Amino acid sequence: MKIVVAIKQVPDRDAAIRMAPGAKEIDERELQWAMNEPDAYALEEALQLKEKHGGEVIVASAGPERVGTTIREALAKGADRAIHIVADDLGARDALGVARLLARAVAPESPDLVLTGLQSEDRGEGQTGVILAELLGLPHATLILHVDRTETGLRVKRELEEGWHQWIEMPIPAVLTMQSGGNKLRYATLMGIKRAKAKELRAVSAAELGVDATPAIVLEGMAAPQKQKSTQILRGSPREAAAELVEKLKTEARVL
Amino acid sequence: MSCILVVEEARRDGSTRVFQETLAAGRRLAELTGLAVEAAGVGEPGRNIFAQITGAQPAAGHAIRHELLAAYTADGYTLAFEQLIRRLEPRYVLFPHSYQARDFVPGLAARFGQALIGDVTAIGEGPTFARQLYQGRMHATYRHAGGGPCFLSIQNGAFRADEGAGGTMPVSEFTPALEPAQIRTRPGTPFRETAQTVDLSSAQRIVGVGRGIKDAEKLPLVEDLAGALGAELGASRPICDNGWLPMERQVGSSGQTVAPKLYLAVGISGAIQHLVGMKGSQCIVAINKDPDAPIFEVADYGIVGDLFEVVPALTEAVKAAR
Repeated sequence: MKIVVAIKQVPDRDAAIRMAPGAKEIDERELQWAMNEPDAYALEEALQLKEKHGGEVIVASAGPERVGTTIREALAKGADRAIHIVADDLGARDALGVARLLARAVAPESPDLVLTGLQSEDRGEGQTGVILAELLGLPHATLILHVDRTETGLRVKRELEEGWHQWIEMPIPAVLTMQSGGNKLRYATLMGIKRAKAKELRAVSAAELGVDATPAIVLEGMAAPQKQKSTQILRGSPREAAAELVEKLKTEARVL
Repeated sequence: MSCILVVEEARRDGSTRVFQETLAAGRRLAELTGLAVEAAGVGEPGRNIFAQITGAQPAAGHAIRHELLAAYTADGYTLAFEQLIRRLEPRYVLFPHSYQARDFVPGLAARFGQALIGDVTAIGEGPTFARQLYQGRMHATYRHAGGGPCFLSIQNGAFRADEGAGGTMPVSEFTPALEPAQIRTRPGTPFRETAQTVDLSSAQRIVGVGRGIKDAEKLPLVEDLAGALGAELGASRPICDNGWLPMERQVGSSGQTVAPKLYLAVGISGAIQHLVGMKGSQCIVAINKDPDAPIFEVADYGIVGDLFEVVPALTEAVKAAR
């Protein structure tokens, strides 16, 4: 099977997110970056499918120069080659605009399967995979935890709300968005990191793809959230803060 | 005949609460735009899809009926709603931000050259639409650029359903043109993995543990605290994904929704997927090393510090007080 995995580079989970002065975007200057975790699960599923059934795993990622490090990480984990869609204006494009870039870059590969994470940890829109399917004219399923290859296509396990699941049968080619937790993520090995350096990483500019960047929805502004409740922050040493908290839970909140 | 079209969705247990909240968002948008609210839903023949609507009634209802829509599929729903929207030409189309809407609405919107504004938490003058970014660390406002219908999905619990007496409205039937070959996926019957043995929804106190615990071997720290408090142990998704605690202890949009008297969040940053599952708790306490963690937005009491120091101290303090 020829599998394309769409991955996104996002701020590391522990990174402090602050606004850039006078801008509508966050301050990227001192951020650490990482592979979007649901996309890491999509990559893991692709690598396991390749190990079981053979084929090729191609990663595709859109973003500026820095995205290269995350692409190299995917190659080090076992992807065979990569497409970097070089775009400095990802934040100004809406979900449709980004999916159009990916679709244009991925379509010539004619993959049997396109995998991506169910959502990104930065914008959290959860739309890219579904729009990709629409643009590529392929069937899709979302929130997938498990993928079986069948004679005619795929049998996938989808997560529903409140602990429910269902199996879905579908033909290939298809697009799946992966939920986290279905597999155990692998680490890149030293050997993998060494091999990744020799793998093909093709860069294509957003301009070359000829995609309309005009968004249908426009970001007006962004700000750190205001507190919904007035939180009492208890200070002092751990012992002092703990004692004060227990006192407040007993006498003020009356929940102990 | 431009309108605000609000799409019905019922939960597995028949509850239409999220639809009613979405209707409330539609009414808010109606105040700001002067447009009328209409409702649409998919249902088998004979079922009054809109029977449960309380309070102010939509101006009209559109009942979508087709045997190929008996079970939800993204293909079937996309085609059916595409046809209805082309006929009605609504200015806004609102969905509850459910797993089902997330499965097909982005593709439906793309068919109209649009992108969904998803998981909307508030609607302001303009109109503008608020949603969270960066795992709740930023709030953003968006507006629609125009040139087609604006697709929105409304966060669970963000708007309050109108609880007044119900009423009636004119309902018209809509039969979309669908062929079996257009439905490319075959959905199976929904099932539950294992019998739920932990019912967190009835717990009086819950200690929730998140990524901050770092290592499964550190879990006894929070187990001791839960023991001292007489609390059940809950967790955010990554803890269950790692297999450190069983899935049935997961609190949040893909796990259980809880509303105990006391929810004590340990090392949980407070991503929206977790908050929707516990923000209804009577008293929320957060222990986190990051003073900017979104969990502090919903907490009544907070301790900013290293959980590996604070939790043992708290366990001792609870034991001493009892």
